[in-house]
Amino acid sequence: MLLRDIAHSRAGDKGDISCISVIAYDPADYPRLEREMTAERVRAHFAGIAKGEVRRYELPALGALNFVLEGALGGGVTRSLALDAHGKCLASKMLEIDLR
Amino acid sequence: MRTIRIGAGSGFSGDRIEPAVELAEHGGLQYLVFECLAERTIALAQLARRRDPEGGYDPLLAARMRAVLPACRRQGIRIVTNMGAANPLAAARRVAQVARDLGLAGLRVAAVTGDDVTDRLRGTETMLDEGGTVAALGNRLVSANAYIGAAPIAEALAAGAEVVVTGRVADPALFLGPLMREFGWAEDDWTRLGRGTLVGHLLECAGQVTGGYFADPGFKDVPDLARLGFPLAEVDEAGEAIITKVPGSGGRVTPATCTEQLLYEVHDPARYLQPDVAADFSGVRMEPLGEDAVRVSGAGGAPRTGMLKVSVGCHEGWFGEGQISYAGPGAVVRGRLALEVVRERLRLIGHEAEEMRFELVGLDSILGPAEGAAEPREVRLRVAGRCASPEEAERIGHEVDSLYLNGPASGGGVAKSVREVIGIRSCLIPEAEARPQINWVEA
Repeated sequence: MLLRDIAHSRAGDKGDISCISVIAYDPADYPRLEREMTAERVRAHFAGIAKGEVRRYELPALGALNFVLEGALGGGVTRSLALDAHGKCLASKMLEIDLR
Repeated sequence: MRTIRIGAGSGFSGDRIEPAVELAEHGGLQYLVFECLAERTIALAQLARRRDPEGGYDPLLAARMRAVLPACRRQGIRIVTNMGAANPLAAARRVAQVARDLGLAGLRVAAVTGDDVTDRLRGTETMLDEGGTVAALGNRLVSANAYIGAAPIAEALAAGAEVVVTGRVADPALFLGPLMREFGWAEDDWTRLGRGTLVGHLLECAGQVTGGYFADPGFKDVPDLARLGFPLAEVDEAGEAIITKVPGSGGRVTPATCTEQLLYEVHDPARYLQPDVAADFSGVRMEPLGEDAVRVSGAGGAPRTGMLKVSVGCHEGWFGEGQISYAGPGAVVRGRLALEVVRERLRLIGHEAEEMRFELVGLDSILGPAEGAAEPREVRLRVAGRCASPEEAERIGHEVDSLYLNGPASGGGVAKSVREVIGIRSCLIPEAEARPQINWVEA
């Protein structure tokens, strides 16, 4: 099962940092997200894109996690050479994670 | 309990205009806010102002004002916008001119200035978050604009402004200002300022909370995106709010759309640092109220840090790019061969770049390395680099262009471009170093 089957996501940018939310469609799936979607797992999934630390914030009342990925935007939105300099598409990459 | 209805007429400089007109005419609003100023926009606007002293504000300012001013004047809706960009005073004069052209004599326009701290910071040892000092940028420094807070907006409204035009202001403050003014919230009422900040944050990207940037067919369906309605909030004295939109407009408002926007560009949800307050979104709850309405409650706040974030624009060299497509059987191998050829050519001609990027769009330009991925039917080679001069940047596109006659078989559709790179860095300054002022223009 892909993360996409139980959660949705949006990515935002600040400098060289990408913030990516992961929100359960059904609040009943939130504990599973909290258990499986660790900062370490997200860091491994974005290896080759995010060069720095990954932090996770929990919002159980909203059934949501918020991930902050440092060094993920090619040195910063305004100087990045990337086609998607804002890293907007990274939310879709997040949803590729296979929860099994 | 008295409530205020406040709408978002745009979420970025190039946003649609019709949804703002719809809000002005049918939203039952007291305030209409236009957020139009991205991080880099203000640095580009500063350059525009240097070319033309009456320029440097949002290019759609006059079009937006022409579209909404008649309805706003008729209903007493007041407008707040950061479309002043690098030149709020010239923007205010332009708004007054539009009002006169429309026959709306006497319109009172306030320009909030004081966010521009370029001269104050130039040559100082102020540390940049990215490392180094402002002084070390030397003549690469383009601009420095502080994110100022809601107080001068509230003050201008209290003094009778019908339109408030600002430069760099924290986006949520554009909404918080009117709420502070209407409800008389104190500048140290952290809970209410936190709640007002939440309202502003939910509305500041306009359509992004009403179903824009949300649809994923089969998973998240959104009706009528071509007629997406922009949001409005009905806010009470305690700062609790209902997020909704004009009935009959496209899009949807649900706890899911609101939660995506709540976390958008937020780091620690318990400490969303703003010039007015350290807002706390960690305990926010969303409750659906029938169709396309969501009650949001439970935000809080703590004392502000006393420091303002400053967006520092600087020259970062020149960006050069070339693209060409390969398709059909063997598209990927021909694309990869073409990348090797360009790489080798740039080496042979002694091309110099600070950083280069070689990739195949459709394969590995967005998601990273493509090991094991299925081969696409078509790919687009993309080579991009950042160089010290426009001439050096131009050589990248030239080498891609020359693949037509000198590269692998059946490449087509070359595009190339060169542009100046204005980068944005940031630093913090004590809030006393930015001194907001209110300037008046009357139509």
